[in-house]
Amino acid sequence: MFFTQVLNGLQLGSIYALVALGYTMVYGIILLLNFAHGDIIMVGAYVSWLVMAQLGLHPVLAIILSVAACTLMGVLIDKVAYAPLRNAPRLSILITAIGVSYFLENGAQLVFGADAKVVPAYTDIQTIQLGGLALSFPSVLTVLVTIVATVALTIVVQKTKLGKAMRAVSEDMGAARLMGINVNTTISFTFAVGSALAGIGAVLYAMAYTQANPTMGMMLGTKAFVAAVLGGIGSIPGAVVGGLLVGFAEVIVTALNLSVWKDAVVFLLLIIVLVVRPTGIFGRTMNEKV
Amino acid sequence: MFENVSRRNFLQVSAAGVALLGLAGCNGSNYSAGGSEGGSGSIKVGIMGPHTGDNSSYGLACLNGAQLYFKQLNEDGGVNGKQIEPVVYDEKGDATEAVNAYNRLVQEDGVTGIVGDVTTGPTIAVAQASVADNMPCVTPSATAADVVTYGSNYFRACVTDPEQGRVMANFASEQGYKNVATLYLSGSDYSEGVNAAFCEEAEALGITITSQQSYAEGDVDFKAQLTNIIATNPDAILVPNYYQDDGMIVNQARTQGYDKVFLGVDGWSGIYGGSENYAEAANLHDCYYCCAFSSSNESETATAFVEAYEAEYGEAPTNFCALGYDAAMVLANGLAAAEEAGLEPGSEDYKQAVIDGIASGTVEGVTGSISYEGTGDPIKSSLIITFAEDGTEETFEVLEA
Repeated sequence: MFFTQVLNGLQLGSIYALVALGYTMVYGIILLLNFAHGDIIMVGAYVSWLVMAQLGLHPVLAIILSVAACTLMGVLIDKVAYAPLRNAPRLSILITAIGVSYFLENGAQLVFGADAKVVPAYTDIQTIQLGGLALSFPSVLTVLVTIVATVALTIVVQKTKLGKAMRAVSEDMGAARLMGINVNTTISFTFAVGSALAGIGAVLYAMAYTQANPTMGMMLGTKAFVAAVLGGIGSIPGAVVGGLLVGFAEVIVTALNLSVWKDAVVFLLLIIVLVVRPTGIFGRTMNEKV
Repeated sequence: MFENVSRRNFLQVSAAGVALLGLAGCNGSNYSAGGSEGGSGSIKVGIMGPHTGDNSSYGLACLNGAQLYFKQLNEDGGVNGKQIEPVVYDEKGDATEAVNAYNRLVQEDGVTGIVGDVTTGPTIAVAQASVADNMPCVTPSATAADVVTYGSNYFRACVTDPEQGRVMANFASEQGYKNVATLYLSGSDYSEGVNAAFCEEAEALGITITSQQSYAEGDVDFKAQLTNIIATNPDAILVPNYYQDDGMIVNQARTQGYDKVFLGVDGWSGIYGGSENYAEAANLHDCYYCCAFSSSNESETATAFVEAYEAEYGEAPTNFCALGYDAAMVLANGLAAAEEAGLEPGSEDYKQAVIDGIASGTVEGVTGSISYEGTGDPIKSSLIITFAEDGTEETFEVLEA
């Protein structure tokens, strides 16, 4: 039972981590809290539903199209809503992000209706037997995929040219532009990577919880935001650690049969971190530039 | 199966109500339908419920069922040769609107009995208002205990939430389950009410409750609770919730390797084969829930009802259509008693005769035989529904009261 609960925590935490990575990357590069990020998950889940339940196509195609749709959606949102405001005050762009979030939620409600849609199973495999222990297949898969995705992301950011450009833009956008880095392409790339991770998260979410509804991204996005802040917003390892922390906190509280207090505990955790260590666990102390 | 409308829903419902009121102006919404028009040889009865707004699917289902019954009754010659004339009001799911509708029915339309209201909140308001008039009322579907406690004039056609819990406890005992765990929605009158009654009755029957786990509104991850439950190795898990949650719980429990029994109550109705399949068909093995009516029930009255309903409305009837039909039948049974006594419609004696007629009579409804023993709560049978391999519902057995 202890091991199963650990897996439950890892699985929940992994989903938060995948979403938190998108938050943290976008914040790292243009200092924007992209509140529409949680709703991208919702879009991904609906695409899976459309492809499998409505069109009756193969689950593999559903996974590819969901991730592709999320990636495209992320880039599109940046181009349409955020790019024109690149030099506007940060508050304007923050409020735009909230607007985009409402637009997506209500748009989905208009198109698909307010009722939950059931995403069909991607695979017939439900459980994995491991030495007399029945493990949930979606849980195991979620944890594995998250590990792979995080490693891949770290390699992209640390080893590739685009990754180097991302780090440079995040250090100093003006100086990066002077060095010949195409800032707009780099920002689009960041949105694409963050949203692709959200797309992967959407598939894993739909696999574990089997339902899609217009407001599913709201609480998920908020929790992931808490995770990103806990870990230190802008930090990639921070987002993963923050996500796992939130996941484990929820599972521990629920396992103690106090599930009603689950959200309160997560937000209390956020308050404590903000009071004790405002930059988060892995956050750097920012020095004001003169 | 109704709990109080949550605060958020309440706001939506009231907002919708206010908006509609504005649109409707002062016209009211009296859309008297079906049957022959007025005349001295007719008996007016009211049908009320939420026909617009959030709970309209329930209200309209009850309305359709009740109107079908009155139509059939009129075709068969009515009550004592008099035609039943239904007067329909929409209360938009709002308690104030419901009391207004009630007052119009009684004071302006002069009805002699009412089928309604539908959901718990407005029904309680109407029940309180109706005591002074001693107006005979039958609610198809309000399950909160309070509804029938204000006066002897209020009856219901459905069983209460706690009664469903007791029914499932008896079923569990009958099936020989020794250890049962429960997973309920914290803060829901419906889920908590069923859970408490189930546990009390089950323990009295010698069943061990191995674990009682709860979750919060809006939760989608039940694996931590299920891990705790599965660790206690129960023979069955009671899940007294609505179908969206039930579906997720069943799916997640099966992925965690739980392959034994699930027990449910009428909130399960619609888990498979309705608008969506909330649980995988392969996961619905060994699931049993109780409810008043299922189109899978092959009793003669139920089959005839399903045929008539489909002919009239072009769709299969739900639990609520059947309860609306039976509530109308219960009321008509009371009216028949008063008519036989030759009383003057609208008089105090007539209303009392209707109430006495309902209280002492027994009707063979489509949801089973319904009789009353001193209270407004019916003594009636319950259906135990299970699922075939392809997910379709099957009637497992009929539990007599």
